[in-house]
Amino acid sequence: MDSARRYIPVAALLAAVVAVQVATALTGTAYYLTQLTMAAYYSLVVIGLCVLMGYAGQISLGHAGFFAIGGYLAAGLTTHNLAGLKNHALVEFLARSGLLLSRQDSYGATLLTVQPWVACIIAVLTAGSIAFAIGGPVLKLKGHYLAMATLGFGIIIFRIVLGSAYFGEADGISGVPGFRLLPGLEVSGDFGARIQNYYIAWGLLAIGLTLLLNLIHSRVGRALRAIHGAEEAAGAMGVDSARYKLYIFVLSAVFAATAGVFVTHYNGGIGPSEAGVMKSVRYVAIVAVGGMANLWGALLMGIVLNVLSLRGVFGTYDDAVFGSILITIMLFAPQGILRLGLGRRLRVLFARERK
Amino acid sequence: MNSTLFCQYLFAGLTYGIIYAIVAIGFNIIYNTTGIINFAQGEFVMLGGMIAISLHAHMPLLPAIVLAVLLTMAIGGLIEIFFIRWLQSPSVLRMIIITIGLSILTREAALHIWGSSVRSLPYFIGNEITSIKVFSSRVSPQVFLVVGVCSVMVAALSLFFKYSSLGREMRACAANRRAAILCGINPRNMVTLSFMLSAGIGAVAGCVMSPITYSQYDMGPSLAIKGFTVAILGGLGNSMAAVAAGLLLGIIESFSISVLPLAFQDAIATSILLLILFVRPHGLFGSSAAARLKDF
Repeated sequence: MDSARRYIPVAALLAAVVAVQVATALTGTAYYLTQLTMAAYYSLVVIGLCVLMGYAGQISLGHAGFFAIGGYLAAGLTTHNLAGLKNHALVEFLARSGLLLSRQDSYGATLLTVQPWVACIIAVLTAGSIAFAIGGPVLKLKGHYLAMATLGFGIIIFRIVLGSAYFGEADGISGVPGFRLLPGLEVSGDFGARIQNYYIAWGLLAIGLTLLLNLIHSRVGRALRAIHGAEEAAGAMGVDSARYKLYIFVLSAVFAATAGVFVTHYNGGIGPSEAGVMKSVRYVAIVAVGGMANLWGALLMGIVLNVLSLRGVFGTYDDAVFGSILITIMLFAPQGILRLGLGRRLRVLFARERK
Repeated sequence: MNSTLFCQYLFAGLTYGIIYAIVAIGFNIIYNTTGIINFAQGEFVMLGGMIAISLHAHMPLLPAIVLAVLLTMAIGGLIEIFFIRWLQSPSVLRMIIITIGLSILTREAALHIWGSSVRSLPYFIGNEITSIKVFSSRVSPQVFLVVGVCSVMVAALSLFFKYSSLGREMRACAANRRAAILCGINPRNMVTLSFMLSAGIGAVAGCVMSPITYSQYDMGPSLAIKGFTVAILGGLGNSMAAVAAGLLLGIIESFSISVLPLAFQDAIATSILLLILFVRPHGLFGSSAAARLKDF
């Protein structure tokens, strides 16, 4: 009963997704779908971070790093030509197991690259393992130390992708092929596949959201809220807080990396700006505006702010807008704008008018 | 590595190291009076340099620098008054996000005022090619100026905190806020003062380093992360140790160029930061017995 009620908002979300697509088709504004698709992927990062920040109470200023690990590994593995290494034992083994993909580039030369789904699994697993490895020592820290440590992690990833030839240095990686999920269902920036990609992105977001909603309403979720409230008290009640924090850290890193993989295939490339510190700050800003421990708020703000930003509404003031949002929310509404009780205040206002 | 190259690396390391130490001391001053890490610390250095460069177009070098430092101090004070002073016991997470937001806004404002071009003050003595022979290598007099000015500043600050009544009041607030209030000290004013002081020393560093390292609107974050690394290396709040740690980091960084590509230079400081946070969050020089009583 209770769990069934939890799915009603998700179903409503899916209905809204379909309604938006139909509306854009009817009004001839299908170009909005591109930004909506991107926004859905970025929101996947945001809801993952929301569980980490709002429910487990751990700030991360390094989530663009996990996004970049996912995106860059997917891009690198699916674009770097292994044809020259054909006789290498490892390449031969991979080719024989069907993990490699042979195709022709635009000049007719043979390209031998890793299959996108294999690259996707490698990328997400790598991000998860890195999160697991650094999560242990990082999550022991608190407050400023935690913020700086995660920020430092993000900077290291940024410097690595900017400094290594394999990841294309300042140019990033382009020419990433599409990612065929199922026959006839491909993540790519093809003009004709726009509607299909819109549904893939929102489908993925809905799956991620359902997962997290179930998580925060489970035993784990209650443990997390206990940790957030008072870690010592939670520990005294037998909650293994270190393990739960690590678990959520890895989970949110996996969310970020998955989004990175899909965005990279959708855009056909990735650049170092995706790994930048400003991106991490932006994800934190969106979670803060949504109200920290509020998945739906984070999702809503993730979609609204990302669509506005991607459509270029803020122009050259893009970063400044996110900075102002951060400060304003933290100064005046640290619980997020959805918790200001606007509805109640409006009702009071109207009640007075009636008198 | 021959001795000439060794000396060059050493002096480059000292120059950067002392700048990192100044940024770290800026962190420490604010941390000691408020318990806040001001993520916008690097922006004070940028502002000092940029304002001085703009003013230098209209006036001689020395007044331009003095005015730039005063202006940056005023900006530091105003930031505290508008964004921090009136908050009632804010959480650490809230303060982190606010100071990050401030750093973004300052940087964006600088971008819109000065553009993204790289600027610099002229060399204070001579020009780019003036040099003094030290052992077998040639060093610009500006290097000595940077090291000299920063050393004097560190000495003056420690005298200020030790002997002047204002400095003692600030330390009293850091040690025990309630006891300080009972002694008639207004801790809020001390916090504003600490922001002005740390903005001021950042601005001085930004001016003296400008001829060598140039000034650009986005130089703040990398300085801040290195300054924080140094502050942690020395033990947060301990300014004398920060100088030693700053020189150490500067020298490690400059010698790393001979082994690693330049592109990875920033990653070194950050790796050291992560390492020290994991292994000795109380710093190289702090006692581990005292650290057990603290939360990291």
